Amino acid sequence: MTTQTLTFLFIGSSFALYIAIAIWSRAGSTRDFYVAGEGVNPIANGMATAADWMSAASFISMAGIIAFLGRDGSVYLLGWTGGYVLLALLLAPYLRKFGRYTVPDFIGERYYSRTARLVAVLCLIFVSFTYVAGQMRGVGIVFSRFLEVEVTTGVIIGMAIVFMYAVLGGMKGITYTQVAQYCVLIFAYLVPAIFISLMVTNNPVPQLGFGSELNDGSNVSVLQKLDSVLTDLGFSPYTEGQKSTVDVLAITAALMFGTAGLPHVLVRFFTVPKVSDARLSAGYALVFIAILYTTAPAVAAFARLNFVDTIHETPYENAPSWFSQWESIGLVAWKDKNNDGVMQYGAGHALEPQRPKFSDERGPSGQRLLENSPSVSNNEIYIDRDIIVLANPEIAGLPSWVIALVAAGGVAAALSTAAGLLLVISSAVSHDLLKKTFMPKINDRQELFCARIAAAIAVFVAGLFGIYPPAFVAQVVAFAFGLAAASIFPALFLGIFVKSITREGAVTGMLAGLLFTFFYIVFFKFIEPSQNIPANWIFGISPEGIGTIGMILNITATITVSRFTPKPPKNVGKIIKELRLPPS
Amino acid sequence: MNDEESCSQAESYWKANVWLLIKLLAVWGFVSFGCSIILVDYLDQFSFFGFKLGFWFSQQGAILVFICLIFLYTKRMNTLDRKFTSRESKRDSEEQF
Repeated sequence: MTTQTLTFLFIGSSFALYIAIAIWSRAGSTRDFYVAGEGVNPIANGMATAADWMSAASFISMAGIIAFLGRDGSVYLLGWTGGYVLLALLLAPYLRKFGRYTVPDFIGERYYSRTARLVAVLCLIFVSFTYVAGQMRGVGIVFSRFLEVEVTTGVIIGMAIVFMYAVLGGMKGITYTQVAQYCVLIFAYLVPAIFISLMVTNNPVPQLGFGSELNDGSNVSVLQKLDSVLTDLGFSPYTEGQKSTVDVLAITAALMFGTAGLPHVLVRFFTVPKVSDARLSAGYALVFIAILYTTAPAVAAFARLNFVDTIHETPYENAPSWFSQWESIGLVAWKDKNNDGVMQYGAGHALEPQRPKFSDERGPSGQRLLENSPSVSNNEIYIDRDIIVLANPEIAGLPSWVIALVAAGGVAAALSTAAGLLLVISSAVSHDLLKKTFMPKINDRQELFCARIAAAIAVFVAGLFGIYPPAFVAQVVAFAFGLAAASIFPALFLGIFVKSITREGAVTGMLAGLLFTFFYIVFFKFIEPSQNIPANWIFGISPEGIGTIGMILNITATITVSRFTPKPPKNVGKIIKELRLPPS
Repeated sequence: MNDEESCSQAESYWKANVWLLIKLLAVWGFVSFGCSIILVDYLDQFSFFGFKLGFWFSQQGAILVFICLIFLYTKRMNTLDRKFTSRESKRDSEEQF
């Protein structure tokens, strides 16, 4: 069977599975819809959290980013796992003890204020929509490359599936489909990684493999080889960092605190039966996540090495078939600067401007010609980092069923995260905006109906993002973390751990953190991208890491304003006191 | 039940909880910001399973430590919960008789 038939088969059968689960786990009440009836087993919740968490960015992009950043890529590994420690220790058990439906619920009641609730809803919707848009790009890439259908068709199929289980099943449907999606995605990630590790080093454990010696009898380890190969090509060594320590610290912290403040992850801990289950399931979640996150750097190292091996100094005519396939959808490109018909790879951008613009013509070797002018470097290869994981099995020459499996895994990762985000958006609208603010008189059945309508609208909007992706999507996803770190995390943390915080303090803090971070990012990324250099950054911190400063600003503002405003009322003191009691 | 007593009970439970958090987060900070970022170049001179140690911490080790921290926390908190709830229920039952 061809790769394409296999891919259809794998993706088709996984979709059938998701739909079956959706029908089996329909939601009957708002409690089912928002928090799956609070009856999810902690291990199942751990898996669902892991699938919820590991998005197209984790599955498709992360290893690619690490492959090209080397040690500097560790910020993502550290940030996106370290945040779970904060989540498990500082937030999850208390939010579960509080026992309501949404994150703004907690903020609204703890800060006895409708304004605080609305500000929280604003932060939540902002963070979630930027994130959802990134998922749809992932679905689009997989569909266009492996099924050779239009991106639009791919996105519509994906949205139809999400619509089925998110709108019908709410949190209950999402939870059990996410468990299935976790199994699909982790299997799809590990199989090629194990294959490649065996091929390159004879070691079946990729986590150990990328520190082992190559099996070509040369007595050098994978990382040593990579360091020397890259240095020869003019890159800096793979195992050494290039970013400043301050910036690395700030980015890591922003990702960590942002992770702990992401609403779609937080809400997963509302779904377990007991407080002790919330703690435990955060632990399980991190185990399930770590299986992928410790494999990713190994995949990254192998992929970079294989990529250089197969492409550098290879005549285009002999290039492997994956090269021309990715070239046909514009994610790799070759500009033959020295007209020798051989591809040379090296440091520096290949093209001017950096992104390829193809003309309709073919060159003497059969390559797609580019309108870009050549850059000064000797590098002739443009490669989009997002293809590394998807192309990896092909680069390593693995059988076609592995390639099909990876495609199904990528779609599972994107859909599971998209569904979780859409649910958070819809419950924020139906519960926090309608029931708790503007239409308090609706009953449970009407609220459930509104939640379904809101989910349907959110699915539709997310689909539009996928079909007409705003150019800035890829850049913005990472900033969702900065915004969450600067707005939601401090409000929750201080709300639990500091009794004297007032509503005025919390609202000022959230707005200060959100606005500061937002404008810093918008200024350097969109208004003056040319000024985006270390010399201009505050304390040398890049827009990726500025969430950390935003968070410190938020905490300072919250505490200062709280000192000069009237104390919180007695019943709030009681709520906090109860949060701090041992669970009964 | 004596209100003041239950108040101090709750307070010592909370104190024990916060103290545990501080200890665990100190390890968390040391492993992530310390070993993986600030001390990384220093640790790179040591070799560990074929990896430079600092590099290993930043791409593998820290994640493993994070997992251990959460499970340790879960275990300690369950013990703490049992200690305080059983004390409370013991006192409750004493009062009943």
